[in-house]
Amino acid sequence: MFLGRVVGRVVSTVKDPGLTAQRLLIVQPLKPDLAATGKQIVVLDAVGAGANELIYWCRGKESSFPFLPDEVPSDGTIVGIVDELHLER
Amino acid sequence: MLIARVVGELVSTHKHSSHEKRKALIVQPLDLDGSNRGDPVIALDAVDAGVGDRVLVVTEGFGAMTSVGRLQSPIDMAVVGVIDRLDLHGSAEAPSPIGQQNQS
Repeated sequence: MFLGRVVGRVVSTVKDPGLTAQRLLIVQPLKPDLAATGKQIVVLDAVGAGANELIYWCRGKESSFPFLPDEVPSDGTIVGIVDELHLER
Repeated sequence: MLIARVVGELVSTHKHSSHEKRKALIVQPLDLDGSNRGDPVIALDAVDAGVGDRVLVVTEGFGAMTSVGRLQSPIDMAVVGVIDRLDLHGSAEAPSPIGQQNQS
């Protein structure tokens, strides 16, 4: 899984029926020190994350599992909202 | 699998139910010389590893889900072992410097 911050959302009307009613959020991947790393990515949301929230997301086929038995064509999904990070000094 | 070092823990109350009662560890993948290899990632803990441990991380869904015991869940990485020692063949100096970490 990867750390990220919700920086926007995508609005799409014509899309795969499996994506109906799914929230498409834009996430900026972060390092544990909260510095941005890599490019923004569009992911689905399984936990109700909101704007500017610190989240973690999972990639791959696994990212469609929160929506079972619905078959959702996803390759990235937010699976948790981060409360705290405890880092080694 | 990747060799990595546990550098922290992530606390989340609102998360997918399959992640409950499992530690989410922040792990820094390592090269064989002990240097950092890319950015840290988040992996669920299957072996009760802790900060500072050198660990084995699976980065594929089926392996990760199986090790944590939660099939059909959104888990793409898991810590599946704590590394005691690495034996590198073909190098004169042993043991490997990995583990004496750079604190960058």
